[in-house]
Amino acid sequence: MTPPLLRLEGVQKHFGDHAVLRGIDLDIEEHEVTCLIGASGSGKSTLLRCLNLLETVDDGMIWFDGRDITDPRVAADAVRRDIGLVFQAYNLFPHRSVLDNVTLGPIRSRGIKSAVATVRARDLLARFGLAEKASSYPDSLSGGQQQRVAVVRAIAMAPRALLLDEITSALDPLLVGEVLEVIAELKTEGMTIVMATHEMDFARDVADKVVFLDGGVVTEEGPATQVLDDPRDDRTAAFLARHLKR
Amino acid sequence: MADWAPSDLQVERERFRRRRSLTRGAVAGASTLVVLVGLVVLMVRAPGWERVSAAYFDLAYAREVLPDLARAFVLNVKLFLVAEALILVVALLVAVIRIVPSPAMAPLRLIAIVYTDVFRGTPTLLVIFLVCFGLPALQLQGIPTDIFWLGVIALTLSYGAYVAEVLRAGIASVHPSQWAAGRSLGLGYTQTLRHIVLPQALRRVLPPLINDFVSLQKDTALVATAGLVEVLREAQINASRDFNFTPYVVAALFFIVMTVPLARFADWLALRQVRREQGA
Repeated sequence: MTPPLLRLEGVQKHFGDHAVLRGIDLDIEEHEVTCLIGASGSGKSTLLRCLNLLETVDDGMIWFDGRDITDPRVAADAVRRDIGLVFQAYNLFPHRSVLDNVTLGPIRSRGIKSAVATVRARDLLARFGLAEKASSYPDSLSGGQQQRVAVVRAIAMAPRALLLDEITSALDPLLVGEVLEVIAELKTEGMTIVMATHEMDFARDVADKVVFLDGGVVTEEGPATQVLDDPRDDRTAAFLARHLKR
Repeated sequence: MADWAPSDLQVERERFRRRRSLTRGAVAGASTLVVLVGLVVLMVRAPGWERVSAAYFDLAYAREVLPDLARAFVLNVKLFLVAEALILVVALLVAVIRIVPSPAMAPLRLIAIVYTDVFRGTPTLLVIFLVCFGLPALQLQGIPTDIFWLGVIALTLSYGAYVAEVLRAGIASVHPSQWAAGRSLGLGYTQTLRHIVLPQALRRVLPPLINDFVSLQKDTALVATAGLVEVLREAQINASRDFNFTPYVVAALFFIVMTVPLARFADWLALRQVRREQGA
């Protein structure tokens, strides 16, 4: 069995007196979709931001491809190139066209020639139904289109892992589907995906592993059907009962 | 949509709207005319109007001094253009130095803070005196003695501090999520600043920036006090010779004519940006 692509060991993150992550141990296998579920404030977003080194952990280690990336001597920019992050609020660059949003990272961060990056970006945009939007500006797009652009922007960097931070939470229910389709497609290509989500049906269909977070610790993890349909932990069961009834 | 024809109700509504806007236009036009005519009549019939008109609005005299003032105003324009370019460079440097968290920047950051505090707090006229009279008196090598360049230095020092603070406020106004998005792509701090944050900050501070530059255009006249014969000084020379204030009015018109296009240009830029980004 190959070692996990990402491994968290005793990860702690505190904001002032508030402990958001209180000793997280978790393995993320390569080419798998791992869904993080849990109530708001359970630490899902913070966990993802720690994986991308946007937050510095207060203790513990995160191993990425056999290397501890929480070591302060590690070049964070180089790690971030290989671990993409998509935000709940898209965070597209409003002053740049869709195409320029997608090519900025490859050109400036990876050092890929502009012509090459542009061809690749157009290919990706076309694959996700965004070809005609290449020269539009983000604010003129629908929420679903903006989030798809944000996903394309992240995968244009050809990352080894993709982190998705509740990327459908800000969307109209009708637009959620088009974004989730993109994620399902990425899974078939073997992308390693870690996603914080409230979409339980999607998690059941697509996730290889579901991780339930509560109060900054992992209270339950396992195959999607087991965690979602037959939870062993009372807190998971209570959370799911509230969520699935709707 | 193609085979839609407005209903009778809609046709009637539009007829009403057209009629209403015609009425409103007529009222606006008529009342404007009445007020303007009233003002002119009041002014012209006011006691002393002839003296006012002769002292401020002597057309023949205005025509006579116009070439001299225009020639002198070229100096103001040059002062403004050269100083503006330098101010942008200085201000951008100071603003960036003040926000970059690099430890190597610590001494520069201190200098930048002291610079903004000192020059933002000092009257521009005082800076002009210090630079234009003080610097040449030191008789140092390499310091220009030309009053034009001394004026440029003084204006740059004074306005650089203002504009730096405007830029810094603009940079701070860009939401942290934009920084996060840039960094998440593996861009470094400087790259994120240059490609993501600064372009948005500059667009946002364009109106206050234009405000400062209009102010700078006017303050080029302050260099007259150091002996530069620019448009204000030229007007003063003419006015004191003939005890007529028309040259001042002509000089004022020059400044106004220069600032109005700049303001309209800024409006146009802002509108174009909104149209492009919102896709309207």
